[in-house]
Amino acid sequence: MGAPLDLFAGVAPEGAWTVSEVTRRARAVVEVGLPPLWVRGEISGFKAWQSGHWYFALRDRTSQIRCVMFQKDNRRLPAPPPDGMQVFVFGRPTVWEEKGELRLTVVELLSTERGGLWQLAFERAKAALAKDGLLDPARRRPLPPHPQRIAVVTSPDGAALRDIIAVARRRWPLAEVLVVPTKVQGDGAEQSVCDALALLGRIEDLDVAIVGRGGGSREDLWTFNSERIARAVAGAPVPVISAVGHETDVTLCDLVADHRAPTPSAAAEAATPDRTDVLAALSHLGARLGRGLATRAERTGQRLERTFDRLAAAVTLRLERDGHRLSAVSGRLDALSPLRILERGYSLARDADGRVLKRVAEFPPGRAFRLRVSDGEVPARVEAS
Amino acid sequence: MPGGLSFAEQLERLEAIVRRLEAEELDLDEALRLFEEGVERLRQARDRLTAAQARVKQVVADHAGNLRVEDFDP
Repeated sequence: MGAPLDLFAGVAPEGAWTVSEVTRRARAVVEVGLPPLWVRGEISGFKAWQSGHWYFALRDRTSQIRCVMFQKDNRRLPAPPPDGMQVFVFGRPTVWEEKGELRLTVVELLSTERGGLWQLAFERAKAALAKDGLLDPARRRPLPPHPQRIAVVTSPDGAALRDIIAVARRRWPLAEVLVVPTKVQGDGAEQSVCDALALLGRIEDLDVAIVGRGGGSREDLWTFNSERIARAVAGAPVPVISAVGHETDVTLCDLVADHRAPTPSAAAEAATPDRTDVLAALSHLGARLGRGLATRAERTGQRLERTFDRLAAAVTLRLERDGHRLSAVSGRLDALSPLRILERGYSLARDADGRVLKRVAEFPPGRAFRLRVSDGEVPARVEAS
Repeated sequence: MPGGLSFAEQLERLEAIVRRLEAEELDLDEALRLFEEGVERLRQARDRLTAAQARVKQVVADHAGNLRVEDFDP
């Protein structure tokens, strides 16, 4: 490391090192002498700058080292580490010449705590969603039993989409499957899924939506732990089935969705009835329709019969009653007949014109008249004085 | 689509007919009319189920934010 210190040489301006020379040299020494390495320590004084770069110190009981993690490296992480978190960082030791500080340029950061930053980010977002009531099971909407239009928010070239289309075709060909293409992982995936979900409200006659992707690593699925996506799912205008393709890890998207399916195929099954079942149900309805009419007809027949019986009874009764009245009347008529009186020995005197002669004055001597008796008429004359 | 009804609406109507036929005191005329409507709806529903071919389309938003539905070829 340079020449032995020469006090006299140091006095001469040209013999002294400039600050920049020292820091540049120190930096070269550090970068050559200390290769990129893993360092373990506790996060302290964390600060995220506007630029997206993270600055913090890593420390243990006795020492600390300044660290920077640039935006291009930290954007893969789900959340910034809180102060006090125990972490492993992989970084390149260097000297920050401006400040003459030893510094670690961190390219990777892992929490030593269980679940680490992922868990931390997940729990934070979950708590925020719960606070707004979005995880309440009572919010879940029932899925329509016979959907007409099914939207599928997923990657247009993933296996997930092929599975969903195959299942929907087989089970429920009445439905129209509308693919809403989106990125499902990597840079821009979160925004892309949110944009796709925002389109759902503009699709007419939509009944249900499936959001998801096939299986992948935990990092691949991370997009679906986005709080923004979860809120977009909760705000969807139709019931949403989440199928993020991981049996064990539940994503936030799963938690807010109206229905969670373990795989894309299962999501398509949840979204559709089986055509065979619906045909069987139709047959059953047909049978009930037939029975319904038969019962109705039988009841009407019985009612008709009852009506007929009552009608007949009424007519008979009427006839009988009228019959009695008729014979009573004819009896009375009969009794009044003058012929019946004549039968009892009375007779009737009438003049030639048929007028009934009732008084002595009407019988002057010599008057001819006719006498009506019960069985005929007798010509008669009053004696001359 | 017959009468513009969705399959679900058609099925609902059919179920309502069956329920009325089963439960209500109806004139034979009314019962027959319902029965005939039911049979027709049943036939239509069955035809739709057996004739249907699943369609797959793609929803695309252009830069102006307009929504387009295109055929989708998986």
